[in-house]
Amino acid sequence: MCFPAKIINFNHILMGKLFGSSLAQKLVMALAGFFLILFLLVHLSINLLLLGDNPETFNRAAAFMSGFWLVKIFEVVLIGGLLIHIIMGIILQIQNWIARPARYKKRYPSQTSFFSKYMIWTGGIVFIFLFIHFLNFWFVRLGLVEGDHHNFYGMAHELFRHLGYNIIYWISFLILGFHLHHAFQSAFQTFGLNNRKCTPVIKTIGIIYSILVPLGFALIPFVIYFFK
Amino acid sequence: MKITLDIWRQKSPNDKGKFVRYELEGVSREMTFLEMLDYLNDKLIKEGKDPVAFDSDCREGICGTCGLFINGRPNGPVKGITTCQLNMSVFKDGDTITVEPFRAKAFPVIKDLIIDRSSFDQLIQSGGFISVNTGAAPEANSIPIKKEIAERAFDAGICIGCGSCVAACKNASAMLFVSAKISQLALLPQGQVEAKERVRTMVREMDRLGFGNCTNTGACEAECPKEISLWNIAKMNREYYKATLG
Ligand code: HEM
Ligand code: FES
Repeated sequence: MCFPAKIINFNHILMGKLFGSSLAQKLVMALAGFFLILFLLVHLSINLLLLGDNPETFNRAAAFMSGFWLVKIFEVVLIGGLLIHIIMGIILQIQNWIARPARYKKRYPSQTSFFSKYMIWTGGIVFIFLFIHFLNFWFVRLGLVEGDHHNFYGMAHELFRHLGYNIIYWISFLILGFHLHHAFQSAFQTFGLNNRKCTPVIKTIGIIYSILVPLGFALIPFVIYFFK
Repeated sequence: MKITLDIWRQKSPNDKGKFVRYELEGVSREMTFLEMLDYLNDKLIKEGKDPVAFDSDCREGICGTCGLFINGRPNGPVKGITTCQLNMSVFKDGDTITVEPFRAKAFPVIKDLIIDRSSFDQLIQSGGFISVNTGAAPEANSIPIKKEIAERAFDAGICIGCGSCVAACKNASAMLFVSAKISQLALLPQGQVEAKERVRTMVREMDRLGFGNCTNTGACEAECPKEISLWNIAKMNREYYKATLG
């Protein structure tokens, strides 16, 4: 073993669970993730205004989202939540890889939740998309990137004229749907809510959510590109 | 039947280990899986070779010693059984069977297919008990317990600690095992007194021993020979929040 590893045992640091325990880590992750799930609904309803012909309505909604002090607090919580979710996701995954140092030679694909096996990868792709997204919009508003932040309607319409951008957009939301397919019901299990009455309902709502919300987002560039 | 076996051989904990192929003729459909391994070992001994080390004790599915990873899953292709309850009749003439030890950081291999499962003992020692002397079996009606609750506790209490959940989990998480004990005891009046302390110490011990984190995939529930439910993990989460937040 190399010298620094003897002083700093990375293995131990990474296995030392944050917030006191594995369960606390998971709770924080699920809370942050669920907050993102709620936020996506708000975000989608504003985006749908892009389909209207009046730029004012959308721009006013976008301005409201960036101006109002309550929303500003919400924004800080949101970014914090996203960062916590991502950082925790990566740490959890590394701990889980460490917990199984030797792999099996033969592995029968388990019959349970398919997408749960790829959460780190679907999450990673969503992260790459979010980065592009922030470059295009949020950073513009912060003044980090050049652009007219009073006219997000025009900017969005301009972006959605590019087929290349749209394809990235569609793929990202498909992948987000995969992430949410497992994530939605998983969060409730993490919260401790699991019983014969509620769980089937939660699972159904989760499937509907993970199809309809990404579909809603994906529909907007589709309509703008092909019909406007 | 003629069976080809692909078996993990590892001389000692620090040996690198490798898969060795054995062609075994004369396997009968009436043999159990472990009898088939006994039969292979008889042959190896006669040939002057080192027999394959594997664990077993009761050979009737109650002690939890025998777990092996057979053809990519704990305890082979049949649902709801231990390795010792697996029969060769589920295989066909000419089949190749891959046999591996359960793999987890917390389950180091001792030799061949034998793993050190004492991390499970440490988990139970950290809180999987009640600290009163219960004496002789009490009169059953002196503490009335709702049938539904009694059944839930029983369904969790039948865990035999075989480690199939850890072996099946992609994260090598022990949460099904730990949660079964926590919820079994938290459901019953005798266990409720120490419920808060128990969940805190057992979770701390589970983390310390190097098991992974649950991602609610459900592979553990699917492969558990006693079909213990994921419900217990949700119950453990609730117990943990109660003990730490409330
Ligand atoms: C809008 C974006 C996102 C939403 C709404 C979201 C939502 C969720 C939710 C609700 C969970 C379930 C948590 C649990 O039960 O413990 C989850 C799990 C997970 N997320 Fe995300 N997520 C998003 C983006 C990301 C990103 C960018 C990553 C980064 C790499 C990521 C990585 C993960 C991982 C690894 C898990 C699995 C953890 C587990 O099951 O314990 N997610 N996500
Ligand atoms: S040997 Fe006891 S459960 Fe298999």
